[in-house]
Amino acid sequence: MEVYLDNSATTRVFPEVAELMTKIMCVHYGNPSSLHMKGIEAEQYLIYAKQTFAKILKVEEKEIFFTSGGTEADNLAIMGCAMANNRRGRHLITTQVEHPAVLNTMRHMESMGYRVTYLPVNAYGQISLEELRRQIRQDTILVSIMHTNNEIGVLQPVEEAGELIKRMNPDTLFHVDAVQGFGKAKIYPKKMRIDLLSASGHKIHGPKGVGLLYIEDKVKIQPIVHGGGQQRNIRSGTDNVSGAAGMAKAAELLYTHYEEDAKRLYEYKRYFMEGIRKLEGVWINGLIPGMPDGEGTAPHIVSVSFGGIRSEVLLHALEEDKIYVSAGSACAARKPQPSQTLKAIGIDKNLLESTIRFSFSVYTTREEIDYTLGKLYDKIPILRKYTRKG
Amino acid sequence: MFTSFLIKYAEIGVKGKNRYLFEDALVRQIKYALKKCDGEYEVHKSQGRIYVEALGEFDYDDVVDQLGKVFGISGICPVVSVEDEGFEKLCETVIKYIADVYPDRNKTFKVHSRRARKNYPKESMEINAALGEAVLGAYPEMSVDVHEPEILLNIEIREKIHIYSKVIPGPGGMPVGTGGKAMLLLSGGIDSPVAGYMIAKRGVKLDAVYFHAPPYTGERAKQKVIDLARIVSRYTGPIYLHVISFTDIQLYIYDKCPHEELTIIMRRYMMRIAEHIAQETGCLGLITGESIGQVASQTMSSMVATNEVCELPVYRPLIGFDKQEIVEVAEKIGTFETSILPFEDCCTIFVAKHPVTKPSLKVIRRHEHYLDEKIEELVRTALETDELIIVSEEQ
Repeated sequence: MEVYLDNSATTRVFPEVAELMTKIMCVHYGNPSSLHMKGIEAEQYLIYAKQTFAKILKVEEKEIFFTSGGTEADNLAIMGCAMANNRRGRHLITTQVEHPAVLNTMRHMESMGYRVTYLPVNAYGQISLEELRRQIRQDTILVSIMHTNNEIGVLQPVEEAGELIKRMNPDTLFHVDAVQGFGKAKIYPKKMRIDLLSASGHKIHGPKGVGLLYIEDKVKIQPIVHGGGQQRNIRSGTDNVSGAAGMAKAAELLYTHYEEDAKRLYEYKRYFMEGIRKLEGVWINGLIPGMPDGEGTAPHIVSVSFGGIRSEVLLHALEEDKIYVSAGSACAARKPQPSQTLKAIGIDKNLLESTIRFSFSVYTTREEIDYTLGKLYDKIPILRKYTRKG
Repeated sequence: MFTSFLIKYAEIGVKGKNRYLFEDALVRQIKYALKKCDGEYEVHKSQGRIYVEALGEFDYDDVVDQLGKVFGISGICPVVSVEDEGFEKLCETVIKYIADVYPDRNKTFKVHSRRARKNYPKESMEINAALGEAVLGAYPEMSVDVHEPEILLNIEIREKIHIYSKVIPGPGGMPVGTGGKAMLLLSGGIDSPVAGYMIAKRGVKLDAVYFHAPPYTGERAKQKVIDLARIVSRYTGPIYLHVISFTDIQLYIYDKCPHEELTIIMRRYMMRIAEHIAQETGCLGLITGESIGQVASQTMSSMVATNEVCELPVYRPLIGFDKQEIVEVAEKIGTFETSILPFEDCCTIFVAKHPVTKPSLKVIRRHEHYLDEKIEELVRTALETDELIIVSEEQ
């Protein structure tokens, strides 16, 4: 059995998505900017994509912009808004547990003369709204908070934060990185007072190389990519028609079965965590106190620290049985330094390099979870026996 | 402009009766290297020289780059070859050659001609004088220095006339294959690829062995070793890489032997296994990247312990090198970037905080007996499951 539990790194593309994209690439391959029939044909798919996301997010079509992925969407949101609004101020707020796409963009903004406040988080990874309230100032132009943490799956109080930000300073823009949350939760930017929202295609069973940024119509933003003036001159470059339509198709499919999928995934998560707790010396990260079943966390991510075992070794040991997981998070896993989020939630130093992320998808089955738990029960005692000694 | 290359070789020129063997090997290696370049080439020996002639369009930089990786070549001279259309025409050609090759002509020079085709109307001394005069006439800023010229302008009169003056240094050494074959213990670190390179440079063909320890070392660690072997194979030709699954042996030693001696006993088994494969495949020695005192298993006492288990000579070309010196070679041959990728290798995963640095042979031998029950079987299984990967640039 092959068990892919690294769905927060990337997901398998839905067959319907691949089919639609093949058709677009091989038949309706026109450039939507062209004046002829081929161009108009292709444009229809772009319109379909925008309509789909407008409907899912309950926003206007003209507020949807396609990018090369989640990273570019985050960059465009932060840099674009910071530059366009720098006469109002040069202060930005974010959290210590953001994805590198946000964190490193913020660091870049610091080097451009902006001041950035990095909100700390508590032991389960959530920011304090009180702290956020204290940090919002007259010259705060943008707050960027992630929806779902990619490493431990905790959800930030985005709706409350939106409310608070606008109360404190109606001019402050609110960006939400929903790369991990989109497709797993219902997100309505207008209701949640979100001005900018990033999402990515390949995390939701769509293609790699495409993402989107919702930009509220009145937001002042500058392009960071210059060129032919596509997408209302905010994001130049020939439209990625197959990517956008593929991502839309994936989102459409996910949100059609949303209720039952979410219910099932939470059930699996609870079931998996119960199984994990039967092991000794393990800790599940990012659970909110008093909510051991994972309430207030994403349905698809379980972060577990296995005391006394190096995560890379456990990862390879599971790989021998075709179970694919991630050490920390995939983005951080190829670098030797330990993860930002795990450090920020203050987990024991010895557990920093002993943490594995299991992430599920709609394809995940109970059999797969049982198989994985069985292998963990077999392997953990053996791996604990052979370790580096003093 | 250049259409052929004169290959200079240093050491193989003095090999007496065996000389042709070395030259043939060099020709073979050059032909192999040129397969990676677009275009067709003729490589031939003539009168104690090797010529590489491009038979059509070719990329000069690619050819120089490839020839620069062939051991045995001490210098590469790009040559302009022209038909004999009279001496006046030759003067024009030489003047144009200088203009093309030397933008800055504030230099001393000497003309050195050789008349291999004896029916040429001028003798070599005459040619030297007349050409020198022509050059001086064209470029008054140049001057003649017959003792230490900055530009030694060679003119060879054969069927065609060949003009060359630049010498691009080659890697030196001897052509791969002239020195037999040896087994390199390749780990994925900085040192072992450099060690392999240095021995190969002496004309030795390389096989390699890598000890893989899943799940403690991952697929990426193995891929890294394959990538390193591929970089080294640019110089040595295809490398037969043996991948040995070592986990069970390692864990067994962990179970039975004192922890501080784990690394040294493990290395003894690596040497035994490497030697076994070496002898089966006709290798005449083992190569390691050890350097005295670099880590606990590379002290002189430790090397006494690891050396003891082998009958074949163990070549340790880096033995007197400092880390920085090794890094410099690694950077030069292009393995450094790959070597420093952060994947565990099997030597470090269980390493004790304080491994023995002065193991006593007697003690190690005694403790190795703790393994008597199962070790032979484990070694046999490791040898039987040897995965052979043929690594070369062309993949």
